[in-house]
Amino acid sequence: MPVTSARKPAQGATARARLIRAWLPTLSLALVLAAIAWLNPRAISYFGFSLMLNLAIPIVLATIAQLFVISGNELDLSIGSFVSFVGCVTATWLNDAPWLGIATLLAAVCVYAALGALIYLRNLPSIVVTLGMSFVWQGLAILMLPTPGGKAPAWLQGFAAFSFPFVPLPIVAALAIGAIVHFGLMQTSYGAILRGSGGNPAALARAGWSLLKTKVVLFALAGFFGVLSGMALISITTSADANIGSGYTLLAIAGVILGGGEFVGGRVSPFGAVVGALTMALAASPLLTFMKIPPDWQVAANGAILIVVLAARALVSRRED
Amino acid sequence: MTPRLAPPIVGLEAVEKHFGAVRALEGVDFDVAAGECVGLIGHNGAGKSTLVQVLAGALAPDRGRIAMHGVVQEHHSVTGAQRLGIRCVFQELSLCPNLSVAENTRINHPSLRGFGWRRRAARLIADKLDEIFPGHDVDAAVDVRDLSIGRRQMVEVARAFTITHDPLDLVVLDEPTSSLDAHTAAQLLAFVRRFVAAGKSCILISHLLGEVLKNADRIVVMRDGKVAAANAVGAFDHDSLVAVMGGAEGRSAAGAGSARPRREMRARRVRARPVGQKDGAELVAHEGEVVGLAGLAGHGQTDLLLAIFDAADRRRPGIEVDAPVALVAGDRQSDGIFPLWSIAENVGIGSLARLRQGMLISARSEAALAQHWQRRINIRTRDVQDNVLSLSGGNQQKVLFARALGSDARIILMDDPMRGVDVGTKREVYDLLRDEAAKGRTFLWYTTELDELDHCDRVYVFRNGRIVANLERNEVTEEKVIQSSFSDAH
Repeated sequence: MPVTSARKPAQGATARARLIRAWLPTLSLALVLAAIAWLNPRAISYFGFSLMLNLAIPIVLATIAQLFVISGNELDLSIGSFVSFVGCVTATWLNDAPWLGIATLLAAVCVYAALGALIYLRNLPSIVVTLGMSFVWQGLAILMLPTPGGKAPAWLQGFAAFSFPFVPLPIVAALAIGAIVHFGLMQTSYGAILRGSGGNPAALARAGWSLLKTKVVLFALAGFFGVLSGMALISITTSADANIGSGYTLLAIAGVILGGGEFVGGRVSPFGAVVGALTMALAASPLLTFMKIPPDWQVAANGAILIVVLAARALVSRRED
Repeated sequence: MTPRLAPPIVGLEAVEKHFGAVRALEGVDFDVAAGECVGLIGHNGAGKSTLVQVLAGALAPDRGRIAMHGVVQEHHSVTGAQRLGIRCVFQELSLCPNLSVAENTRINHPSLRGFGWRRRAARLIADKLDEIFPGHDVDAAVDVRDLSIGRRQMVEVARAFTITHDPLDLVVLDEPTSSLDAHTAAQLLAFVRRFVAAGKSCILISHLLGEVLKNADRIVVMRDGKVAAANAVGAFDHDSLVAVMGGAEGRSAAGAGSARPRREMRARRVRARPVGQKDGAELVAHEGEVVGLAGLAGHGQTDLLLAIFDAADRRRPGIEVDAPVALVAGDRQSDGIFPLWSIAENVGIGSLARLRQGMLISARSEAALAQHWQRRINIRTRDVQDNVLSLSGGNQQKVLFARALGSDARIILMDDPMRGVDVGTKREVYDLLRDEAAKGRTFLWYTTELDELDHCDRVYVFRNGRIVANLERNEVTEEKVIQSSFSDAH
């Protein structure tokens, strides 16, 4: 008979690799911060962080939306244009006709849930479905707001203006979001089922759980956090345009993966994703500005940073296996 | 069925189950009473797994009746079986690797919820692990992916015995000790005896006949989808079990006509030693030989074939290959056929270098090659330019043979290629193999069908990834192969 475990010597190395992996999100954030501090020491201050992380919260929320989808072994390529659409609704209907706005946003969450059901029932690849939906959301956004404009509701702007002593608002908000999602997905008993649906769907079905329900719940949560992301974005920018969330799709996926998540296998970490999103937010613009990289090249530089960080991640996970 | 005082926990009556043309169960009567451990044994494809799946509610029988506690079940389902106290530990692990041991326990117990569920789940599984495997070192908070395969199996078994809301009367253990070491296996079997002594029941499926003889109260032997024998354990011994599994009647005449003189030893083509082989045994194949790889499914035969296939391109320790190699895949849908291509393209892909004309593939040579093989092995189609999916399953398999044989490979590896192929096609392919072997080609043939070993010059029997027997042509009997596959030597 085979021996139960003959991998004792390898276990130390595995544990070390796992530790590196767990701290990699924090490490990359520290690296980016160190680079910023070195380039511009004055940025490391209450005011500096408030300014640099100004747009971080919408990115964090979009990343969390993507995290739910990835938990179930799917991928959402429409989250960016969905955020744009929500932004346009927020800056127009939610301000002018609040009930219509609220109803529209609720309906949008329901559409997300329905997409989850469609993907499960018809066994469709989520990449195809959400890529198609990204054009639908984009089109609706343009229909609502052909030219940039609109106005954020006053109560929403009040949120963004709120400030804490000593710790900038974006950091407090990011930690709060991380804690709430960690509790919901990692601590509750149904959260374990949701993650299990990504880990071994067949086993879950055999134990009598509905995979349709888990998929619908995960997509509905993604839609809900997508709505929060769009509203948070408009609370800061105070007006919208139809392309305001473009770029969020990539940032959100990168945030989840940078935060220690895997594309398949239901392996995700909410706190890691929040840290990953903050890293992406800082690397996306403040760092590059301080490096005096012209705006024309910033998107390319962004991509380069992403590749470097993800390559480091891949290297660590290979060691772990 | 034997009359008992209480109704059996489960009773199957004349249950039949067909998969297409394959008759997995042909009128099986089977029951388990309270307080007994039933050993269920049989060779590959004897119908054990199907029987268990029917019991567990995962498969609906085509015909026959299922009764639980004496009540006939009209709509037998997985959740229904669970509610009536039946649990299964399936052979492939059904834990979520990304969840902790406690979280995996929660999956099987919907009532573990609300405040403190994690602590209660951890307590539940830890207590059961302590009870079954005293001295184990599994932490309930650890993720399953961080556990060794043996510890995963311990968790899986222990989880099946945990009780919250639903009753527990019968546990089906399918090869429960396959990943356990001797110590933990003994702990588990001792627990099973205690469990049964307390009035509960167990079905023990194992290829270790000693394990079954020592721990079961009653043994049911399956063969070709039927119950071949069922009796109290005292009525059997190791040899009689082997005899019943293989069938008592003499060997069929299938191989007799194919007897051909053993050729004198020619050039050696392949020499390979399985990774886990402790003694000096190795697989050797010469030019013009048909070498069989036998044993229970999944005991290392495919792994060795793939290792030999790899070794043709780059060196691998313990394996020598000195001629081009081609592989005929067993699972043609996933590993063999290009579903969007024509028959000719599917055949030609194995010989692209020869079909080239400048930088392009010559359509004419490709069609000529395909037509040659179409005639040679009788692929039933109007036109080789038709899509490959227009063929029946057996003819698709012939296309894969044509691809391998049409190439310049001198060694052909076959990974149980006759799965789900009709008898007529099989006979045609057997003839073809014999022809090609006579021309000097070497065949390594993994098969789960004992009849096919009649066509081999030599047979290696595998167990747990190792060669346990090397039978010459005149020694190959069904009984010997089964004997080696089920041998208890550790």
